[in-house]
Amino acid sequence: MPSAPSSRPSLPRRAAIVGANRIPFARSNGAYARASNQDMLTAALDGLVARFGMAGEQVGEVVSGAVLKKSSDFNLTREAVLGSRLAASTPTYDVQQACGTSLQTTLLIANKIALGQIESGVAAGVDTTSDAPIEVNEGLRSVLLAANRAKSTAGIVKALAGLRPGQIVPEIPANREPRTGMSMGEHAAQTAAAWGITRQAQDEIAAASHQHLAQAYDRGFFDDLMTPYLGLTKDNNLRPDSTVEGLAKLKPVFKPAGYPDTEATMTAANSTPLTDGAATVLLASDEWAAERGLPVLAHFVDAETAAVDYVHGDEGLLMAPAYAVPRLLERNGLTLQDFDFYEFHEAFASTILATFAAWEDPIFCKEKLGYDEPLGSFDRSKLNVVGSSLATGHPFAATGARIVPTLAKLLHEKGSGRGLISICAAGGQGVVAILEA
Amino acid sequence: MSNDWYSDFVNSGVGRTIAGQVGLPPVPRLRRWEPGQPLLSGPALLGTATADGRVAKVVRSLLTDLGIEVHDDPHAPVGGGSSTSKVAAGIVDATGLSSPADLAEIQGFLTPVMRRIGPSGRILVIGDVPAEATSPAVRAARRALEGLVRSAGKEARYGATVNLVHVAEDTVGADLESTLRFFLSSRSAFVHGQRLDVGTVPGFAGSSQGVDWDKPLAGRTAVVTGAARGIGATVAKTLRRDGATVICVDVPSAGDALARTANDVGGSALQLDITADHAPATLLDHAGRHGGLDVVVHNAGITRDKLLANQDRDRWNSVIDVNLNAQLAINDALMASDVFHRGGRIVTVSSMAGIAGNRGQTAYGASKAGVIGMVDATAPLLVEKDATINAVAPGFIETAMTAAMPVGTREAGRRLSSMTQGGLPVDVAETIAWFAQAASYAVNGQVLRVDGQNYLGA
Repeated sequence: MPSAPSSRPSLPRRAAIVGANRIPFARSNGAYARASNQDMLTAALDGLVARFGMAGEQVGEVVSGAVLKKSSDFNLTREAVLGSRLAASTPTYDVQQACGTSLQTTLLIANKIALGQIESGVAAGVDTTSDAPIEVNEGLRSVLLAANRAKSTAGIVKALAGLRPGQIVPEIPANREPRTGMSMGEHAAQTAAAWGITRQAQDEIAAASHQHLAQAYDRGFFDDLMTPYLGLTKDNNLRPDSTVEGLAKLKPVFKPAGYPDTEATMTAANSTPLTDGAATVLLASDEWAAERGLPVLAHFVDAETAAVDYVHGDEGLLMAPAYAVPRLLERNGLTLQDFDFYEFHEAFASTILATFAAWEDPIFCKEKLGYDEPLGSFDRSKLNVVGSSLATGHPFAATGARIVPTLAKLLHEKGSGRGLISICAAGGQGVVAILEA
Repeated sequence: MSNDWYSDFVNSGVGRTIAGQVGLPPVPRLRRWEPGQPLLSGPALLGTATADGRVAKVVRSLLTDLGIEVHDDPHAPVGGGSSTSKVAAGIVDATGLSSPADLAEIQGFLTPVMRRIGPSGRILVIGDVPAEATSPAVRAARRALEGLVRSAGKEARYGATVNLVHVAEDTVGADLESTLRFFLSSRSAFVHGQRLDVGTVPGFAGSSQGVDWDKPLAGRTAVVTGAARGIGATVAKTLRRDGATVICVDVPSAGDALARTANDVGGSALQLDITADHAPATLLDHAGRHGGLDVVVHNAGITRDKLLANQDRDRWNSVIDVNLNAQLAINDALMASDVFHRGGRIVTVSSMAGIAGNRGQTAYGASKAGVIGMVDATAPLLVEKDATINAVAPGFIETAMTAAMPVGTREAGRRLSSMTQGGLPVDVAETIAWFAQAASYAVNGQVLRVDGQNYLGA
């Protein structure tokens, strides 16, 4: 097991989650087809500013990021803040950690608050799969750069003479791991097969996600977490009437490579769709919140990031949380059963099921984690109780900033308790965190 | 005003000539308030009906303290001009009437005033409360003022307004100041042909000392429901202009427009369905952030218009729930909570439809008439908190809703009023902002129409 601090040094203070705002998430090439990352992030920030009466105010920092990002958006967060109602004197920076981005930005803000370096901050994330960057292909890029380097007209002509028709075809970003050439779905299918995850179990997760999200909307759970955008008032991926029986009729895809006897089990319903959206979370010191009469929904306790070697085959692409969580639990003296809510990002229903199976498996826990006893199971009725990514959709970098306030509000409603967040990310990484109220 | 093509036409150079020749009714451009504007744009004439008049002194000192030229003689030359030069205001102290014979003195004063009153001038008659008189002759004389004012209103031109203020027996000069300032200033641009009672709910308390009249809401926290757009958004901006911190409330589905309003006024946005059971508690909880509440403006309202013959229960109930029940529930919570500060102000929005009725609007008309009943009954209950409740009843106000009306309906709405035009959202907002002032403590239980003296239900 990789070494991590085995006990957490006590920090001067814990960062408070004060509140949040996101825009409804929209399926790709739909309601937000013409909205850029900067448009969506600015709208989400402005909704947050309005909710907390911060027009013209400076916060300590805004940290955000996007996975699919145009090169002109190199300073995406700064540009969004300059276009927002926050004071232009608010510092920013961009972070990118695939689907873990905005849980990581939350951690970065929380840590600076804990250390007393800032008193408040906004963690955010945004992604568009509709307004995606398109690059010129590598061949054309080489030719153009060569022409740019040429010192004479003749040199430029010579360089451009190297152009070939095939170089006109642009590079369009794909949901594909560069080192394996496999799509994320193909990776997830392999992991599902390795852990024997059934179609039925995946569809149960998917149906529950939609049903829980619909119930949460009905009871007004998102009234203070969301602001409508471009005509959307709810995540438009939501299908409130989803049932296991209905989902069973969908055609499965991604026959797992290397598992000739296993049928495909993954469908459009038990996998997250490509989605556009933005989410923000306001964090602060307790003092900052108290001075403004703002609530403290929960505190950020601790977080852990792990990575696995999925390239050389010893672990599944999206299994890093299976390693991150045990490390986080150990450092905080907790067991997997010590939580009131479990917020697991549903990249694929099979992903979280494979993670749970690993923790129940004595061999995995012994060989991979070095534990004599497995982590065991937990009360599944506490899992994603107001829905998760299968229902909301998953704008990659925005998901963490959706989940953090969701859990914080659940804990606040309960009055006390502890919750666990887990997000798997492309590149074989995973970010997990604990909140307490 | 941009979509009132008729007004634009008759106010253009060519249009004015043609309108004059063929006798088209003019549409006066109304003077509206902006920060720093003087109370009156010129001299004032101040008349007294009897030697027993008790408010002329107050009015005179207010005006002269502001450096305004005041004359008692309605024929006096003013501003270095002649005895026919224009004046900005004609004010009559009509208190102390002993019989209808005393009215002749008022006629004698107002006849020259009607000839001399300038564009957007102010004619204000201040009388005693008729119901406080036991003598038939006295009460007849007091009540006669209302007929005089409403009729004079229909004769006034060029945006001049004529209004009547009743002053209860126990009120003193300071109790009148915010009301005088409202009716004399251009904040009351579209309030015309109306009556308002001051001091009629006993037990009021408050002060006009040290008020910054350019920021009369400074330091106060206000809630405005229905603030995402339309009149509500303008109310939020007007309260902010007058110094208030504004909590903007609207339904979650209007949240994006609500956020814009809140950010425009530097306030906070609260997405809330005011008909939800938890709404009063959520509202008070949010207000706790700002250290409590001083002003609540019940502006949110819906219409579900249907002829009564075609109305159904769900549409009916939704109108009554939003326009009336939600306000009652919030008011109950305000009265029971310390979050609603002593000296608080509740301002609600009734409607011309609640006074005159409107075809297709039985539910809306019922809800808006109900608002008036709510104001009547709530006003005395608020006295123990030195608080007040008042209603504004807008007439035809130019909004996105009226812009979408059929042309005929819209033109009738605009022209069938003494001012021959629709009001602007800011006209409603100015009246609300005045009710909301701490200095308006003696104004309680009132319903004031902001309708340019619309002929419907007048």
